[in-house]
Amino acid sequence: MIEIKDLSKQYGDKVIFKDLSMTLKDGEILAILGPSGIGKTTLIKTLTGLEEAQSGQVVMNGKEYDVSDPAMTSQIGLIFQDFNLFPHLTVRENINLAPINVKKVSRAEADKKTDDLLAKLGLTEQANLYPYQLSGGQKQRVGIARALAMDPQVIAYDEPTSGLDEKATEQVIDIMLSLKKEGVSQLVVTHDLPFADKVADETFDFEKEVQK
Amino acid sequence: MENMLTFLPGILSGLQMTLGVFFITIIGSIPLGILASLGMKSPYFTIRWLVNGYIWIMRGTPLLLQLIFIYYGLAMVGVPFTRFESAAFAFIINYGAYLAEIFRGGLQSIPQGQFDAAKVLGFSKSQTFFKIILPQVIKIVVPAFGNEVVNLVKDTSLIYVIGLGDILRAGQIAASRDVTLVPYLIVGVLYLLMTAIVTIILRRSEKRLNVWR
Repeated sequence: MIEIKDLSKQYGDKVIFKDLSMTLKDGEILAILGPSGIGKTTLIKTLTGLEEAQSGQVVMNGKEYDVSDPAMTSQIGLIFQDFNLFPHLTVRENINLAPINVKKVSRAEADKKTDDLLAKLGLTEQANLYPYQLSGGQKQRVGIARALAMDPQVIAYDEPTSGLDEKATEQVIDIMLSLKKEGVSQLVVTHDLPFADKVADETFDFEKEVQK
Repeated sequence: MENMLTFLPGILSGLQMTLGVFFITIIGSIPLGILASLGMKSPYFTIRWLVNGYIWIMRGTPLLLQLIFIYYGLAMVGVPFTRFESAAFAFIINYGAYLAEIFRGGLQSIPQGQFDAAKVLGFSKSQTFFKIILPQVIKIVVPAFGNEVVNLVKDTSLIYVIGLGDILRAGQIAASRDVTLVPYLIVGVLYLLMTAIVTIILRRSEKRLNVWR
């Protein structure tokens, strides 16, 4: 279980959110809903260490961390809205690079894991392509594989359906639900309500909570 | 034709000097340019100020003048550089400054999302730079870098001012001895050949870098 407690963030005098608390149960999908520009992405950036928050704690596996503690943020994988794949690396290299260089996994071991992820996400045929050769949906799946390769406690998605057509959205839903079956905890920021209805176990209305 | 052959040995010995200055400048100025481009983005004001001052001086004065100051000037204050060392030093710091500006432009065009993705995946700063950012910067800067390399081929002729014998100097000596323009013609052809080779190599590397976009 992951518990976010009293998270506050402001830029100068402008309060983005204050004393925000929410709980993500193990193996569940929590959807954070709200209109664009309200600070949902800032929240997810804070949880992944890209932005610093003024205050807040995160309880993960029974351990309490300060919200900007890298020991916590490194356990949350992030799928970016515009994917941010590395354009100079093939699909395989995009997925392999962090396990080999950050986790110091052997190349053989990393390759094996990457093969599994590619197969699971239906990307085996694209293994040696570069990001510019992929469709939006494929890019997103590479982003998911890249995050999963680091074995995070939680996977967070930032507006995963923006820019995807219906078919690609269906595929994202399938992937999220099959990851859920495997027990992966997922956090998804979205303003796409029909999509949230299909995947979420719990929802968190950002607009309502943030105005409290 | 017979005439031409008599000039060749002298000019070719000058070629060794020209190529020596060329290669040592390439090898030295690239790392210096990368370091200086990073220095311009340093969070420390002093470092940014120093690097910007260095670039201003190097780009704001003629290379010819820099050669003179480094060879004669440093000798006067008791730093005895040989002629070749002076030439190498002057060319490296001069070209390092130009390359720094080119690399800075390349660095600025990398989207913030690349740095964010690297950070979320846990890469260290140096891993992010060498494995993710630098390869993308290289692709962006190759055309502008190529321009500098072609300039360098021709700029090497400036070393005559501190008494080094490059191909232009060898040509000049032969021309005034025999009162003919033929040695200059040979020198011109040699420069064209060198820039042609450089151009071909650069085009090839551009092509190779085009496998990704």
